[in-house]
Amino acid sequence: MNRINKKLQVDQKLLSIYFTAGYPDINDTEKIIVDLEKNGVDFIEIGLPFSDPLADGPTIQESSTRALKNGMTTEKLFQQLEGIRDKVEIPLIIMGYFNPILQYGVEAFCRKCQETGIDGLIIPDLPVDVYHEHYKQLFEEYGLINIFLITPQTSNDRIRFIDSVSDGFIYMVSSASVTGSTSGFGENTKAYFKRINELKLKNPQIVGFGIKDKETFDQATQYAKGAIIGSAFIKHLNENGTANIKGFVQNVKALT
Amino acid sequence: MSYQVDEKGYYGEFGGAYIPEMLYPNVEELRSRYLNIMKEESFQKEFKELLKEYVGRPTPLYYAKRFSEKYGTKVYLKREDLCHTGAHKVNNTIGQILMAQKLGKKRIIAETGAGQHGVATATVCALMGMECIVYMGEIDIDRQAPNVARMKMLGATVVPAKSGSRTLKDATNEAIRDWINNPVDTHYIIGSVVGPHPYPDMVARFQAVISEEIKNQLKEKEGKEDPDFVVACVGGGSNAAGAYYHYLDNPDVGIIAVEAAGKGVDSGESAATSALGKAGIIHGSKTLLMQTGDGQITEPYSISAGLDYPGVGPMHANLYASGRGEFISITDEDAMKAGLELAKLEGIIPAIETSHALAIFETRKFEKDDIVIVNLSGRGDKDLNTYIEYFNL
Repeated sequence: MNRINKKLQVDQKLLSIYFTAGYPDINDTEKIIVDLEKNGVDFIEIGLPFSDPLADGPTIQESSTRALKNGMTTEKLFQQLEGIRDKVEIPLIIMGYFNPILQYGVEAFCRKCQETGIDGLIIPDLPVDVYHEHYKQLFEEYGLINIFLITPQTSNDRIRFIDSVSDGFIYMVSSASVTGSTSGFGENTKAYFKRINELKLKNPQIVGFGIKDKETFDQATQYAKGAIIGSAFIKHLNENGTANIKGFVQNVKALT
Repeated sequence: MSYQVDEKGYYGEFGGAYIPEMLYPNVEELRSRYLNIMKEESFQKEFKELLKEYVGRPTPLYYAKRFSEKYGTKVYLKREDLCHTGAHKVNNTIGQILMAQKLGKKRIIAETGAGQHGVATATVCALMGMECIVYMGEIDIDRQAPNVARMKMLGATVVPAKSGSRTLKDATNEAIRDWINNPVDTHYIIGSVVGPHPYPDMVARFQAVISEEIKNQLKEKEGKEDPDFVVACVGGGSNAAGAYYHYLDNPDVGIIAVEAAGKGVDSGESAATSALGKAGIIHGSKTLLMQTGDGQITEPYSISAGLDYPGVGPMHANLYASGRGEFISITDEDAMKAGLELAKLEGIIPAIETSHALAIFETRKFEKDDIVIVNLSGRGDKDLNTYIEYFNL
């Protein structure tokens, strides 16, 4: 069984953390992954930096620009991840935009993911329709779970379609926004979480966008299996480098 | 085989809608409604009336006698430079503001590079009394101060794009992010035949008034609707799409697309996307774009701010890949000379974008009896500073 699905069976709320590969320094990838696992994080999303990240707010944009300046490339990331499976068991998900993957070659990319022990992918600008028609079979051949986003504006019919194509979890975007832009969840967001709950989807949902601390994590996971922190962790890395990742994680979710 | 968009939003292998899920409802709403709205009688009536009374259409198809004599062929200039606001851009913004009203949108956003599309958008927003926010690269704001002032006079808010390379592509990213953050009440007026389906097709249809008029006007002047060639400059490619539109599927009409070579195609400072680009995804569309081997989008260069987009509309990518279009790239130097030449021969100062299309006659030879239409996409007032500096005027 894929590590993502295995983790989803654990009877507790799950914390996923995003970081941009190559940030703050080019060679921080392994240290960040190891520290996050050690401190009780449940999933890691490794951001493959892109020059034009449409769905991201300023914090993740800036980290991507820095990472690219630092020399991060797709090939470099795979080199850094060689042997990572000797060190960690945590599910690893690569989050990246479609163009760099296209240029690498979609099949070559999938093969490399399998070889290095990547469990899943989040590709925000690869729409579910295109994935379903052209890439689903290929991803499955290489044992990769592709994770889709839904938003408060996504219709119930489309959510059901996304659920039927998905295996793993559904990334529930908390608000109509780019990353890093909300603070706390209002009544509208809660109503949306409840609406999704009532759909009784086959895949669990993990909430992303607007999670930054224990309070927002607890709020989000009232309605979902877990939550994802991105921009807030990037800010932590910006201020502290790779020091005290433990402190950051424990502020959100104490080790159980 | 047709060179128009297919029912899935592709031109050959190019096009589609590679968008984050957050944008899906906005784009899907537009996709499912744009054709029906455009067919409505009330829409057509208002669109045509505004083009006539406000934009000043039809624009003349002018026989350039002295220019033709010099190059030994028959050259007609389609005078889009005479449109209100000084370029073809307004054809699209008029169409899209009416579309936005039909969709019940209250707020308009746009991206702009040199400022021409920003001005055309701010203009129609003033006309309709709608809120207008224009994203513009921080670097472009410095370079194009007069257009920034024009937009402000027209009541628009100009927001600097501070991310990435702080130019047109980043302004487009910022506009898309704004649309993600404001999914219900906002319409995004894209300025060219780029972006996710249905934008390339919708913008091409609004600009198609250009080739529709050419057909009628040429019939009057030459007794036939079809020229031998249609020539247009291509950045994103909206003026070209409009000039080619009714001729796309007519193999008797040659299509010539002129890109900006900048300081030379191999100089590292160029915007010749067909020569330098590879298929990929930019701003939600699969098309040719300039990028690194690793798939990072690179910054193009041209002396003309309207041509330095790192991609090209998917229609044009298909015209290139299929061989239907003849693609020529012109350097800064040759374009500037051609602009000066048109001024002296015909008394028309063209936009530097358009000057690229005019420059091909030095090397691309035509038969004496060929009828060649050049889409004179814009006037050169906005480029006076560049002309002054370049020629020490």
